[in-house]
Amino acid sequence: MADSAVHNTEAGDDPSRRDFIHIAAIAAAGGAVAAIAWPLISQMNPSADTLALASVEYDLTKIEPGQQVTINWRGKPLFIRYRTQAQIDEAVRDDSAQLKDPESDAQRHKPGKAQWLILVGSCTHLGCVPTVGGGEYGGWFCPCHGSVYDTSGRIRKGPAPKNLVVPEYAFLSDTKVKIG
Amino acid sequence: MSGHSTYEPKNGFSRWLDQRLPVTRLVWDSFVDYPTPRNLNYWWTFGGILSLMLGVQIVSGIVLAMHYTPSASGAFASVEHIMRDVNYGWLIRYTHANGASMFFMAVYIHMLRGLYYGSFKPPREVLWLLGCVIYGLMMATAFMGYVLPWGQMSFHGAVVITNIIGAIPVIGGPILTWLQGGFAVDNATLNRFFSLHYLLPFMIAGVVVLHVWALHVVGQNNPTGIDPKSKVDTLPFTPYATVKDGFAMSVFLILFAVFVFYMPNSLGHADNYIEANPLVTPQHIVPEWYFLPFYAILRAVPDKVMGVVAMFGSIGVLFALPWLDTSKVRSMRYRPMAKLYFIILLVVCVTLGFCGAKLPDDQVIPGLETFKVMDSDLNSFVWLSRLATLYYFAYFLIITPLLGLIETPKPTPETIASPALSHPPTTPAGAAADAEKKG
Ligand code: HEM
Ligand code: FES
Repeated sequence: MADSAVHNTEAGDDPSRRDFIHIAAIAAAGGAVAAIAWPLISQMNPSADTLALASVEYDLTKIEPGQQVTINWRGKPLFIRYRTQAQIDEAVRDDSAQLKDPESDAQRHKPGKAQWLILVGSCTHLGCVPTVGGGEYGGWFCPCHGSVYDTSGRIRKGPAPKNLVVPEYAFLSDTKVKIG
Repeated sequence: MSGHSTYEPKNGFSRWLDQRLPVTRLVWDSFVDYPTPRNLNYWWTFGGILSLMLGVQIVSGIVLAMHYTPSASGAFASVEHIMRDVNYGWLIRYTHANGASMFFMAVYIHMLRGLYYGSFKPPREVLWLLGCVIYGLMMATAFMGYVLPWGQMSFHGAVVITNIIGAIPVIGGPILTWLQGGFAVDNATLNRFFSLHYLLPFMIAGVVVLHVWALHVVGQNNPTGIDPKSKVDTLPFTPYATVKDGFAMSVFLILFAVFVFYMPNSLGHADNYIEANPLVTPQHIVPEWYFLPFYAILRAVPDKVMGVVAMFGSIGVLFALPWLDTSKVRSMRYRPMAKLYFIILLVVCVTLGFCGAKLPDDQVIPGLETFKVMDSDLNSFVWLSRLATLYYFAYFLIITPLLGLIETPKPTPETIASPALSHPPTTPAGAAADAEKKG
């Protein structure tokens, strides 16, 4: 061993050439590991059919004032709530209350459609489905860890940090809405 | 401890094998001739019980997997098919479901044993850390297993626990989507959980091998916490430990059988016999009993991110424990003050488990009106959890480091044999030698 090492340097084996080969080999191996890891990690992300997100249309004539329907939208619950005037008034009055995630009621519905509140029905704490009409603000109560939302779906009490999410939606007509 | 091997091959074949793969020698040195402290009590039998339970879970699990369908549309029905149609399917599933509970019961006893007798202190830090890794893997395995029957508790439990990841600022959202394989818990989530639920127990088995290896390098701790000083202090593993472990396993299996045959659903939740419905959360969602204390800690903190930090931190402190404890005396047998705080810790852990099963706003003392502090009534389970959580962390982060500095421990015995044998130094050498010959 020692002999051959001596022999190599004597033969003019340039140490920097050797370093280069080491670095190149390590870089190539590192690149190969990354190239193999990438697809293995990426496969866990949503697949193409999951990404081809469907939108849903809903006929609002099926809902009575004061009532809420829950429909399945992209695997999540979606709340469509037909608010009464009293509930709207309460929400507007609380625009000036101490809010954890400040938003006015008007920002949470389409102009002139204050009666229709459309929300993603996942508690912003850890994703349970809040119960309609529960809690001291008459909005929603989340049974999992006790978050309380008001009639505008704004967080008022409990561990949830944000208001219930308003999804993208549009009114196709006075009685038809398209979500997503 | 890894002294000279005393294995002697008895016949031609074992000699031939020993020179090529000394596996019989390894088993002999580790489980027959291996010296164990002579004073080990029944708290030391839970390591063997845990190995047995891992075996039970793997065998019953593989059999279940032969009949189970990992898909959101088929999972619930396939579990019902196992329960009603598959020959002895009910037995296999009840064994697996209750086996998980028994497994956790054993691991909690095993860990508290280590806590009380100071088994995490030098030179056993790596042994303790490997144990904590096993515990972490067990929790991941059991959580994913509970999702598989795709009942209401399975589904909403999965939603809540995966959403915990989403609490991480900035990167939490993308990681959550990556983990769920979609924008909600769905078929993709169930499939990957099944795959990982199958894999992780074998990873546990791998870490168990390292755990036992580390154990055999540093040797077992014992109730006195002092190191064996001579041969008198130890007994060979076989027959002493094997028989004692065997007896404890039999008693443990009787308890296991009582659950499987007489009260198979007592530890489960009725809501999990309702098929998963993403649109309705059960009125009262609770995890399996073995996760309740952590659930209580999560709910005790009013802030989402901090709640998650506290929950993971409660396991994290276990990893740091070897470096938090300043006491030179291992066993709490000789630390009266530490013993007191340890007993309070036990009560606190049970209290946390109790709080985890209650609604946060329920009253602890029914009918007693108090006032609100930090948005919650003082007489509520939230506040009880908060106090208990505080003690839990104080025990590890304040009491344990301080106690070692200020307490006066009782004197520890010279050797293990001196308190174990009622008639110390003069006779033991001969007595122990006799005992060993019988073995
Ligand atoms: C560390 C060991 C293991 C633990 C703690 C564990 C825990 C669990 C738990 C708590 C359940 C839910 C039981 C129920 O309520 O129905 C479950 C289900 C299941 N496990 Fe495991 N398991 C382990 C190992 C395995 C292994 C090695 C397999 C092999 C494939 C397996 C296959 C299954 C299957 C197919 C189910 C769904 C059927 C059912 O729910 O009964 N498990 N497991
Ligand atoms: S998920 Fe709603 S309060 Fe925790």
